[in-house]
Amino acid sequence: MKKFSAMTPYLIWMALFIIIPMLLVVYYAFTVTTSEGATWSLANFARFFEPIYLRVLWRSLTLALVSTLICLLLGYPVAMIMAGNAFSRKKVLLVLFVVPMWMNFLLRTYAWLSILERNGLLNVFLTSINLPRLNILYTNTAVILGMVYNFLPFMVLPIYSVLSKIDKGVIEAAGDLGANSVQVFTRVIFPLSLPGVISGITMVFMPALTTFVIPRLLGGGQFTLIGNLIEQQFLVVADWGFGSAISMVMILFILLSMAIMSFFEGEDKEATLW
Amino acid sequence: MVQKGKMKVFLFSLIILSLFLSGCKKAKPKLYVYNWGDYIDESILEEFEKEMDIKVIYDTFATNEDMYVKIKSGGSSYDVIFPSDYMLTRMREEDMLEKIDLDQIPNHKYLDSRFMSNEYDPSNTYSLPYMWGTFGILYNTTMVDEKVDSWDILWDPKYAKQILMLDSQRDSIGAALLKLGYSLNTLDYGQLVEAGNLLKKQKPLVLAYVVDEGKDKMIAGEAALALTWSGEAGYACKVNSDLAYAIPKEGTNIWFDVMAIPKGAKNKEGALKFMDFLCSPEISLRNAKYTGYATPNSAAKAMLPEEIRNDRSSYPEEEDLVNAEVFVNLGKTLKEYDRIWTEIKAH
Repeated sequence: MKKFSAMTPYLIWMALFIIIPMLLVVYYAFTVTTSEGATWSLANFARFFEPIYLRVLWRSLTLALVSTLICLLLGYPVAMIMAGNAFSRKKVLLVLFVVPMWMNFLLRTYAWLSILERNGLLNVFLTSINLPRLNILYTNTAVILGMVYNFLPFMVLPIYSVLSKIDKGVIEAAGDLGANSVQVFTRVIFPLSLPGVISGITMVFMPALTTFVIPRLLGGGQFTLIGNLIEQQFLVVADWGFGSAISMVMILFILLSMAIMSFFEGEDKEATLW
Repeated sequence: MVQKGKMKVFLFSLIILSLFLSGCKKAKPKLYVYNWGDYIDESILEEFEKEMDIKVIYDTFATNEDMYVKIKSGGSSYDVIFPSDYMLTRMREEDMLEKIDLDQIPNHKYLDSRFMSNEYDPSNTYSLPYMWGTFGILYNTTMVDEKVDSWDILWDPKYAKQILMLDSQRDSIGAALLKLGYSLNTLDYGQLVEAGNLLKKQKPLVLAYVVDEGKDKMIAGEAALALTWSGEAGYACKVNSDLAYAIPKEGTNIWFDVMAIPKGAKNKEGALKFMDFLCSPEISLRNAKYTGYATPNSAAKAMLPEEIRNDRSSYPEEEDLVNAEVFVNLGKTLKEYDRIWTEIKAH
């Protein structure tokens, strides 16, 4: 009884703000509203599988994957440095990673606009040292840059927290048993850090897949990504059915990516799945 | 049990405190106003509060669609809203608005008859115009030295990667339709596909599809040409004197932001008073000066400084507007616009 009462507020919260909205999304996705009222239909999903929308999906997936990969390649070494003993100012580094997150996300993205624009800070700097100008604003590069910049902390922090908990004795033991530093990394540290890597990947991949502000501001709205498409359906066209159907496809993709991730995680723990 | 006792004391003092706070004054009637961001001289609100003894609660929105969703979903109780023409039509058709009694708004006589009884609200049953304008081409005179008078210039390869278009389906597709000589409210699928192809062809020349940040880019000299609304253009020209605004000869969109009362407004009487207040010449003049947008109030316009009044880009004459059309709510065809727009963007 006591357990129940403690859970109640959370359950009500879940029902009100997660379960009911989800059911509404499902309802809108599977219905088509005509003048006679709503009827059950798969038309919204059928529409999504037209080539133009698949192209939007494909572009979103590629950009999100590339950003996630870059975040991992940049983030892992940083997490290792922060977790290691060699670096004495790791607290400072940690704070430096977290502090930008106190600022509004939109504001930080706007700031990139003035850095990257034609007469922006970057080009002023480049021309002052006689280097050619870079025109990367409003390209895919700028979108990826924006995503990596905004989502990098979500990669670094989970990896750092796992790495810092690894028992130093294990690493020493590996060394004592004759493993060189590469082997220690590939056979001991990396496998042990996998849970962190996986939660990092999920935490970067999901927002990268659905963001609509970054491609609009830094990509100059030239490429519709899946997030923009959903936003358009709800705000501009008022086609809630199609918007909900795309959202459901996205949920599917996210579930799929989580399943793949947990599969890898499971395999590592000596195949707990089977 | 000690805990419970403390809680009681706390609640009790809270009740006492709230009695004190609410007991200070007799509750003034409240008026909830929902307007575009930075679209009124806010000192006018204070004046209205003093004069009418009504407390104004003022909220702002960024797009018609945001406003629509908030009103439609219920739960908010605004008394005066400021939709644009096509949004007014949509809300009117969905029975979301209260009728207004023009007899209670005597100041509406100052509004220019040119801007009354428009297609979006045929006999001003639901709304009165607040501001109006056009859309056209904002250009930087140091980068463009030819005469800008046609939509064709936005397709000129000479200005590759120096053109800003609007990330707004109706406006960008509208410009293409006008260039082709069609109506910007076309329901003809063939014409839409033609406009779509034209925009796909233009895409390599476009630097970016922007919304609000477009005027800042133009002020900073980041682009040579931009499809812009007249109000934004007026602001940009004021800040950077190299900029100029032109209404293409093939035609333009003439738009209105209007004042209306959403269905179920609690203070309808106050709403009518507020609308009347905003229609008075002196108040309209202050708003026009503050926002830089064109006022439909002819008495206020007559009091504006000559250089603004005679500036045909912000106050075009009737002959400049022969080909001007108001956006009409497209109903189902809007989906086709969306599909074509997505095709352009996914191209």
